[in-house]
Amino acid sequence: MSAINIRNVRKSYGSVEVIHGVSIDIADGEFIVIVGPSGCGKSTLLRMVAGLETITSGEIEIGGRVVNRLEPRERDIAMVFQNYALYPHMTVYDNMAYGLKIAGLSKADIKTRVAKAAEMLQLTPYLDRKPRALSGGQRQRVAMGRALVRDPAAFLLDEPLSNLDAKLRVQMRLEIKQLQRSVGTTALYVTHDQVEAMTLADRLVVMHDGVAEQIDTPMAVYSRPATTYVAGFIGSPAMNMLPAESAGNRGLTLTNGAVVKPRGTRLPEAGRKVILGVRPEHLVLVAPGNADLELDVIAIETLGADTLAHGKLPGAANGDGDLVARLPGSVSVKPGDRLPLAIGPGMAHLFDAGTGARLGEVDLTVDAPTTRTRKKTAAEA
Amino acid sequence: MVENRPFLNLLSHLVLIVGVVIVAFPVYVAIIASTRGPNDFMSGIIPLLPGPHTLENYREVLFAGVSTSGAPPIGPMMLNSLVMALTIAIGKIAISLLSAFAIVYFRFPFRQLAFWAIFITLMLPVEVRIVPTFKVVADLHLLDSYAGLSIPLIASATATFLFRQFFLTVPDELAEAARVDGAGPMKFFRDILLPLSRTNIAALFVILFIYGWNQYLWPLMITTKPEYYTIVMAIKRMADVADAIPRWNVVMATVVLAMLPPVLVVVLMQRLFVKGLIESEK
Repeated sequence: MSAINIRNVRKSYGSVEVIHGVSIDIADGEFIVIVGPSGCGKSTLLRMVAGLETITSGEIEIGGRVVNRLEPRERDIAMVFQNYALYPHMTVYDNMAYGLKIAGLSKADIKTRVAKAAEMLQLTPYLDRKPRALSGGQRQRVAMGRALVRDPAAFLLDEPLSNLDAKLRVQMRLEIKQLQRSVGTTALYVTHDQVEAMTLADRLVVMHDGVAEQIDTPMAVYSRPATTYVAGFIGSPAMNMLPAESAGNRGLTLTNGAVVKPRGTRLPEAGRKVILGVRPEHLVLVAPGNADLELDVIAIETLGADTLAHGKLPGAANGDGDLVARLPGSVSVKPGDRLPLAIGPGMAHLFDAGTGARLGEVDLTVDAPTTRTRKKTAAEA
Repeated sequence: MVENRPFLNLLSHLVLIVGVVIVAFPVYVAIIASTRGPNDFMSGIIPLLPGPHTLENYREVLFAGVSTSGAPPIGPMMLNSLVMALTIAIGKIAISLLSAFAIVYFRFPFRQLAFWAIFITLMLPVEVRIVPTFKVVADLHLLDSYAGLSIPLIASATATFLFRQFFLTVPDELAEAARVDGAGPMKFFRDILLPLSRTNIAALFVILFIYGWNQYLWPLMITTKPEYYTIVMAIKRMADVADAIPRWNVVMATVVLAMLPPVLVVVLMQRLFVKGLIESEK
């Protein structure tokens, strides 16, 4: 158990830099999930922490010790691989005991440790089996067990659930989380699945093109995405992104000429090009007079509890004003309808059109505007 | 096949039976001949039924030797062949395993060069390089020795490639998992790679043992003392007598004895061999 500090780490293959200076401070016992699309460098970063890839520049510290030049075994870490990497010719027991044997522990000690881990993971009946006689979920548990018995400073997990079917994935997700809680070991978990990332993480690292775009709690990443990329990556369906130009206090002029004035959002100076981001679930169906914007429905997806209305802004050019709204399942809409929609108070996100960075950090805190309004009303009352 | 047609069944069985007969008949003739007396071949007609001289023939070749053809007893020669075949097979497997391991798992300067150098030796079998190899072995004073019989035949590109291909199919994560578990390269090799290659090693051992056992030209070149003769050489010497009729009953008894060890190896290794073919451990 110990903290991990990643300081301005870079990785180059020849002249190509794939990780452009990532810094993450991970507290002892924290569960950090690195999430991003394939090829964003998240696995490379994890493998650098594990010692399976060299570090081009920067520093990685595990438990206060710089480990840049140490072999994996000297780093006091355990790793779980995507395909589990169980030794096929060894029994479950031997798979878990192998690292301990090399570490030179006594037979009795190994036995108690493996037995304890097997107990935690409900693997006791399978200790004499070979990996090929196990189901996917059991193999996954053995891989976890192999990490667990070593009682390392940190668990490193590289997409450990992506080879499981959907139902098992949900179950193992919970198990991993509980396991990590109960042993209290620092964990670094890599995944491309945003649901996994959101549910597991104490803090989330959203990576994109070798850069950590945002490091924050799952809720903060969802409610205050730092860039358009993070905004689009976290949340499903993805956030609506509408290019707009600020008209000062009058609001934002959208590409189709309509002017939107989101409530609870400070607007930038007039003439600035911005991107207005609104999550589909924050668009509310209202009476035509109160609408912030309108949506011409093109297609409907019925999910039962919700209905997704896909469409675009009236009169918007193709691909420029696409919009999705998540409506209650009880609302009946059909393609061709024009829906009057309002943006929930404080639920609009503004990003710079050029850099994609979030605008108006001060006023855009999600809770602040609503609480402030509420306080005001309370004071008035 | 899925279809069940009696005529096709009959036909395929017929083809198979004919094939087996063609392969097995010479072996049968050899076995029968080794049981007959010395005069049964004078007529030029090869007998097809067993005779009464089995024990006598085998006792002669095993313990007495065939004096007329200058061949020593078969027993020591079989031992020579065995030593040679085993050294070649085990040596080839050991060297190829290690070189394949180096080529697949290590990044060292001139790795590609080493790879191609091994590859090129495929084009240089013993027969092609026999004169320079003989010179080297002679200069090292290895003529008439077990070392001279086996060492020049140990380098093997084929086996190196086989293991290289196999190692490439072993997932990288396995090596990485072993590294995280704290295993050094040789420990990984011994604890993980070697057990995984077990079936490959068995299959290769069968092939290489037979290769070593059947060597004829090389032992003929470098042995002059009868105590280093191998059995395959002996068969030729016996069948090639000057000014006399070859004693076919004795020759055939030697042939049958020479056949036994490879057959034994195949039979014993067969289970591992077949297991390796039907079960994929990944």
